[in-house]
Amino acid sequence: MEDDAPVIYGLEFQARALTPQTAETDAIRFLVGTQSLKYDNQIHIIDFDDENNIINKNVLLHQAGEIWHISASPADRGVLATCYNRTSDSKVLTCAAVWRMPKELESGSHESPDDSSSTAQTLELLCHLDNTAHSNMACVVWEPMGDGKKIISLADNHILLWDLQESSSQAVLASSASLGGKGQLKFTSGRWSPHHNCTQVATANDTTLRGWDTRSMSQIYCIENAHGQLVRDLDFNPNKQYYLASCGDDCKVKFWDTRNVTEPVKTLEEHSHWVWNVRYNHSHDQLVLTGSSDSRVILSNMVSISSEPFGHLVDDDDISDQEDHRSEEKSKEPLQDNVIATYEEHEDSVYAVDWSSADPWLFASLSYDGRLVINRVPRALKYHILL
Amino acid sequence: MAPGSASSPSPSFPASRPWAAVGAMAAAAAAGPSPGSRPGDSPEGPEGEAPERRRKAHGMLKLYYGLSEGEAAGRPAGPDPLDPTDLNGAHFDPEVYLDKLRRECPLAQLMDSETDMVRQIRALDSDMQTLVYENYNKFISATDTIRKMKNDFRKMEDEMDRLATNMAVITDFSARISATLQDRHERITKLAGVHALLRKLQFLFELPSRLTKCVELGAYGQAVRYQGRAQAVLQQYQHLPSFRAIQDDCQVITARLAQQLRQRFREGGSGAPEQAECVELLLALGEPAEELCEEFLAHARGRLEEELRSLEAELGPSPPAPDVLEFTDHGGSGFVGGLCQVAAAYQELFAAQGPAGAERLAAFARELGSRYFALVERRLAQEQGGGDNSLLVRALDRFHRRLRAPGALLAAAGLAEAATEIVERVARERLGHHLQGLRAAFLGCLTDVRQALAAPRVAGKEGPGLAELLANVASSILSHIKASLAAVHLFTAKEVSFSNKPYFRGEFCSQGVREGLIVGFIRSMCQTAQSFCDSPGEKGGATPPALLLLLSRLCLDYETATISYILTLTDEQFLVQVGLLYEEGVRKAQSSDSSKRTFSVYSSSRQQGRYAPSYTPSAPMDTNLLSNIQKLFSERIDVFSPVEFNKVSVLTGIIKISLKTLLECVRLRTFGRFGLQQVQVDCHFLQLYLWRFVADEELVHLLLDEVVASAALRCPDPVPMEPSVVEVICERG
Repeated sequence: MEDDAPVIYGLEFQARALTPQTAETDAIRFLVGTQSLKYDNQIHIIDFDDENNIINKNVLLHQAGEIWHISASPADRGVLATCYNRTSDSKVLTCAAVWRMPKELESGSHESPDDSSSTAQTLELLCHLDNTAHSNMACVVWEPMGDGKKIISLADNHILLWDLQESSSQAVLASSASLGGKGQLKFTSGRWSPHHNCTQVATANDTTLRGWDTRSMSQIYCIENAHGQLVRDLDFNPNKQYYLASCGDDCKVKFWDTRNVTEPVKTLEEHSHWVWNVRYNHSHDQLVLTGSSDSRVILSNMVSISSEPFGHLVDDDDISDQEDHRSEEKSKEPLQDNVIATYEEHEDSVYAVDWSSADPWLFASLSYDGRLVINRVPRALKYHILL
Repeated sequence: MAPGSASSPSPSFPASRPWAAVGAMAAAAAAGPSPGSRPGDSPEGPEGEAPERRRKAHGMLKLYYGLSEGEAAGRPAGPDPLDPTDLNGAHFDPEVYLDKLRRECPLAQLMDSETDMVRQIRALDSDMQTLVYENYNKFISATDTIRKMKNDFRKMEDEMDRLATNMAVITDFSARISATLQDRHERITKLAGVHALLRKLQFLFELPSRLTKCVELGAYGQAVRYQGRAQAVLQQYQHLPSFRAIQDDCQVITARLAQQLRQRFREGGSGAPEQAECVELLLALGEPAEELCEEFLAHARGRLEEELRSLEAELGPSPPAPDVLEFTDHGGSGFVGGLCQVAAAYQELFAAQGPAGAERLAAFARELGSRYFALVERRLAQEQGGGDNSLLVRALDRFHRRLRAPGALLAAAGLAEAATEIVERVARERLGHHLQGLRAAFLGCLTDVRQALAAPRVAGKEGPGLAELLANVASSILSHIKASLAAVHLFTAKEVSFSNKPYFRGEFCSQGVREGLIVGFIRSMCQTAQSFCDSPGEKGGATPPALLLLLSRLCLDYETATISYILTLTDEQFLVQVGLLYEEGVRKAQSSDSSKRTFSVYSSSRQQGRYAPSYTPSAPMDTNLLSNIQKLFSERIDVFSPVEFNKVSVLTGIIKISLKTLLECVRLRTFGRFGLQQVQVDCHFLQLYLWRFVADEELVHLLLDEVVASAALRCPDPVPMEPSVVEVICERG
């Protein structure tokens, strides 16, 4: 079906930061941050017109440095946070900051691309998320479903919880914790759990996954040797509170029940190189997206451990008996975990994948050479899940 | 096909009209009452027609005009088949239709439709006429044919009647003939029965004499067959005195026969096949199988024991014992061959005995086999002292190979496993023996050195220098080690039948040879040396310092070089055989001058293409044009692709994974100018050396290119090193 063809967009710089505009629930919009050491870096606001299959984009200048991580506020469409590298005197520092984009770009003004080139606008700095004590920010995560006032940043071996005050113009360090131990410990990634009233955060360092309680800033669980090599990313199941997925340099994706940290619930081994990103679909948690440096994006169907393992339960009373019967039959079909599709549009390592916050059937992936690909869940599967 | 629905043939007019015309014409043309007169029935007026008849006519018309039923029904314009105003509908009602027309249409249209309809009717009429004319001749000839057939059939009926009466007469005659012959037929049947009975009786009466004759002639098979045939009858009629006598006679003769057979069986001189025949006959005579089994095995045991005895005699204390190869040959052909024959015959004869029989055979084989093994081991133990490994290995090979056949036949007896165990034990003992030999050689060397050192100096004649002594010791030890290795290596030669056993492929090489023999020897060397150092006070006879010096130098040499050399030698001969077993694998053509290529980080054109002075905003798909085009032509590299089991493929896999990892790590860093240059040099160096290990050197180039390009991107101040400088640096290494 021609509608299912991927849409490709190219940036002229290397890029590895991608996020959906989380607070936007109507339009499909992604933010991409570039990596260039020699030119001003940019944030591309990519609007995807679902009906016409057209991409509209706006470019914002991010002059502070090259972007390693980007995340959008869940409450305010115009606010986003980045982790960026600043080079000064042959030293490289990774900092983090909260920014506001110009008002007219928040909801994607549809200027023609040519005009915007001349008037590349700049981000307005709201506050820095670092102080002299902590640097080398690995990533910044917002409190999900919150009011956009709480944010966590991972710096070296510290986990910092910030309160944004005075309409985000001031960041106050609310609490922090750090990882003790031998060697140079360094967080690689973290996610904020949407469950338990948003009081849990999980982080990854080296081969270990740890859970933290944000109220006491203490460790609540620890999965040692979750992967044979470095853990690259993790994500929480949006519908099942104890489930999380992780991926790493051993080419595997593992699914964990945090109540049993001794062994994974399930392990996927589909990629042929490091897996950099794993993302649950926001509504249908059987759909799991992974991006890897083998240049592939894989969409898997993890029905057996999802919140709807037997398809939707038939609880609507108003459907006729006949249909009832039919759907019952359908639910009896053996459901198996499988790879739905392997997307091979990228030619370089894929460092970021994410689902759209507006359309649960649409996702974007970004490879190092600056290629952004927007794909959809195959239509047949979509109907299978919906009906 | 008529255009439009209005012109299609349909009962849009009173149905009687076309039929009336047809009927009139048919009546005019037909001569008399004939099948052709059928259409003539129709002009009875529309009221008289049954609706289904009308339907049929309608259907025929449609058929004629090539309008299928379904097509008419499926007409998109006809929404309701029940509509009485639908000209083509089944429920068309002319009155309603006319009413509708009159009410709805203006005059002009009415006129038009009238003329239109008239025209259609006319056309239909003429069509109908043509149709009737065309078919009329056929009707006529059909009538004629039928009339002729009627006449012919009348004639045939007469003839059939005649035939029936004739047949009745014949049946009658036949019945009479059988009745007259019935009597005689019965008598003949009875006579034939009596004859057969008499012949059987004759056979019985003659049986004793026949049996006797057979026994005399030695035709035991024939005798057993006769006996088998008569047995049942005699059994049944034994209450009659005459038969009883015959049976008694037969039993006596059979007993004699059995006796003779047993006699022959016991004598056994005539070899296994004939014995087997005896057993078979005895079984047929109903002798108890158990007993025969026992007897058979006992007999076989006798023969095999004889073989064993002769082997033992060879083994005996008398000095002219044959060499071990000859011994195992004898054992193989005599004992093992005999065992094979026995087992085969037994399995064939006593197959009916089931698992108990097989178990008995296995126990038999196990017992004799263990005795044989004991003998072989005794013989092999005599060999332990000797130095000739090749003869021993060949003997073991024969021994092992020979035992494979009964192994298959007597899997339960576990002979093959036992044989393998013996071979393994011998191999282990040989290793121990060689270790002893090496130790002895080492001590011998030391004694020589001591003597040389202690030898009184003859004036004017300088004793051998320490360096010379050291070289002598080292070379003699090394040559001993090499000789031992070569001797032991025979055990793993490919043509030896046991070399593919797991023990010889794994443990023997790694544990036995490498650890046990070589490492063990080196350890004992160290111990000896150590003891020389420790002991001086105790024994009084102090170790000469020159010897200590020499030993220390020897140990130092071993530490720096010799040990690794010896181990490498061992590994090459024993462990790395896996590498030799697998093929090299396919390699793409490699350019010998590939090492001449130098990395230019990026050509000037590429640089300009990538970083235009004033950057233009991203327009989809025209960025990174050059690198994208470059990638377009290079195939996707599957980093963790499956490997084949050959050296090149495995190495290619390892190199791909390593280079991809390097690439990913480079991309996570930021480089200074010199960092970039270091990467450049590293990659060039890798390129100089890696290509010879991979299947496709282009792969290495691509990955290394990407590493360098990525490093250049990750460098804020990219000043690449001159290619010539890079080359010089790499070649200097």
